[in-house]
Amino acid sequence: MKWLLLIGATVVALGASVLLGPAAVPLSEVFRSDIVWNLRAPRALLAFLVGGSLGAAGASLQALVRNPLADPFLLGLSGGAGLGAVLAIALHLSGPWSLPLAAFVGALAALALVYRLGLVGGGALDPRILLLGGVAVGAFAAAITTAIVSLADAAELRNAFLWLWGGLSAASWDSVLLVALYAPIPLVVLYAAARPLDLLALGEEPARYLGTDVERVKRRVYLAASLLTAAAVAVSGVIGFVGLVVPHIARLSWGHRHRALLPAAFLGGGALLAIADTLARTVVAPRELPVGVVTALIGVPVFALLLRRWTVA
Amino acid sequence: MLRLDGVSYRYPGAAGDALAGVSLAVNARQFVAVLGPNGSGKTTLVRIALGALAPSAGRADIDGRPAPAWKRQELARVIGVVPQREDNLFPQRVRETVLLGRYPHLSMWGRERAEDHAAVQRALVACDVEHLVDRWVWTLSGGEYQRVRIARALAQEPKLLVLDEPGVSLDLKHEMGLFELVRGLVDTQGLGVLMITHDLNLAARFADSLLLLSEGRPVASGAPTDVLTHEIVETVFSWPVAMQTIDGRPQMIPLRQSKEPVA
Repeated sequence: MKWLLLIGATVVALGASVLLGPAAVPLSEVFRSDIVWNLRAPRALLAFLVGGSLGAAGASLQALVRNPLADPFLLGLSGGAGLGAVLAIALHLSGPWSLPLAAFVGALAALALVYRLGLVGGGALDPRILLLGGVAVGAFAAAITTAIVSLADAAELRNAFLWLWGGLSAASWDSVLLVALYAPIPLVVLYAAARPLDLLALGEEPARYLGTDVERVKRRVYLAASLLTAAAVAVSGVIGFVGLVVPHIARLSWGHRHRALLPAAFLGGGALLAIADTLARTVVAPRELPVGVVTALIGVPVFALLLRRWTVA
Repeated sequence: MLRLDGVSYRYPGAAGDALAGVSLAVNARQFVAVLGPNGSGKTTLVRIALGALAPSAGRADIDGRPAPAWKRQELARVIGVVPQREDNLFPQRVRETVLLGRYPHLSMWGRERAEDHAAVQRALVACDVEHLVDRWVWTLSGGEYQRVRIARALAQEPKLLVLDEPGVSLDLKHEMGLFELVRGLVDTQGLGVLMITHDLNLAARFADSLLLLSEGRPVASGAPTDVLTHEIVETVFSWPVAMQTIDGRPQMIPLRQSKEPVA
């Protein structure tokens, strides 16, 4: 029943984001319209894939770092991606793929640095250090980004600023295809780790005695979740709160068992971002809000309600 | 089933051995307790016995195979462990947490089968926590929670149960109940039990065999009457005691160092 509701909500969200927009497209022409077919449909699908990836990545990272406040972007990836993107803008790199590629490389560099920091204590990956290292690396990258932006001229500055707040306006069938081919690999890795993640919630030692190869699971989950986030940030910039709030909402109905939670967080994140993007491009049409602004405007009040629930319960 | 032969271990960078020349065997239908003051190497010994640490000298075998060579999943089907501490990052109910004990028996993609739910049910009944299945774990009392954790370990359907200080912070009734439960599992289900405990008296009452450690070295091992003698207990724990016998088992009463004031 709740699965039917969630799938229904996802279909409605995708439908709405294809049908609604600043340009009125009569219903009879939906399937022939160039706007629908080449602009809205790929954008809706990209929003769904990115939101789903962030939801699933957030759910698994929260279990990995043992912190319910973990967000995929807390691990320094957004800082690295932002630095990469701003560098690409400042260096006037051209070509349609230079910006996402630079952001992806920046995110991977941050990922590698944080991963290396996580191993400082020896061979075992320490989730607490991952979290602290992620915050530190992110802050460092953000400082360099700000330095570059402050030296840039006004037009560049606006571009960089808009990129940092996220947006799906560059969506195309190429980017949809790319993400659709890339994302399933880390998603399957996370789903395969669903039961070990349940056990990790008890702590590393109990998880080990219940049959988990803890070090391998931690490495796989960190890498898979980070690679998902890096791809998401490359095609859409930093979109906050989806990866933080969606897993908690999913836990309210699906519980903490990751076999159900991960698919629910994927569908929920996808539906939420599709709706948020539809709002971003319609509420102030013909102009457009960065979608990260909309997710934050929806996400922060929801998050405040959740915090209240936890402290009261 | 579980066997340590002359095991020594030194933590990296430490000046001395945490364990030196310790031997131990636990077989089916046998309850073995490891005793010793704080820092005597009890937890290190369990980590080596379970293959979490590789001994720097000596051998640790489980079913004839070196402990570090076991895959964690295979080992979890043979040995159930109730560690001293665990957290619950997310709220869960008793039935869910006991079901986690079936995970070592599940394939990566497969669902839980009828036999898994049957094993959970048997474990709940054996630990007398069937009535708690729908409770949230964090609403349980300390005694109930320990029984639930033992049920989770039993759901693994192990041959050997390892318990690390299970009676700490339990009141008399729940602590006795817990030791009776563990003894019953040994007698009725033929489990082997290895328990770490501070409680000399309960270990002497319930266990078949004791191993007493002091500063990583084995001081005495064997039947309770041979291990817990007046002289050994006073030396190892550095405190004056009186020894009595109840049900044929030695019981220790710590004495006050200063004379009690006469009223």
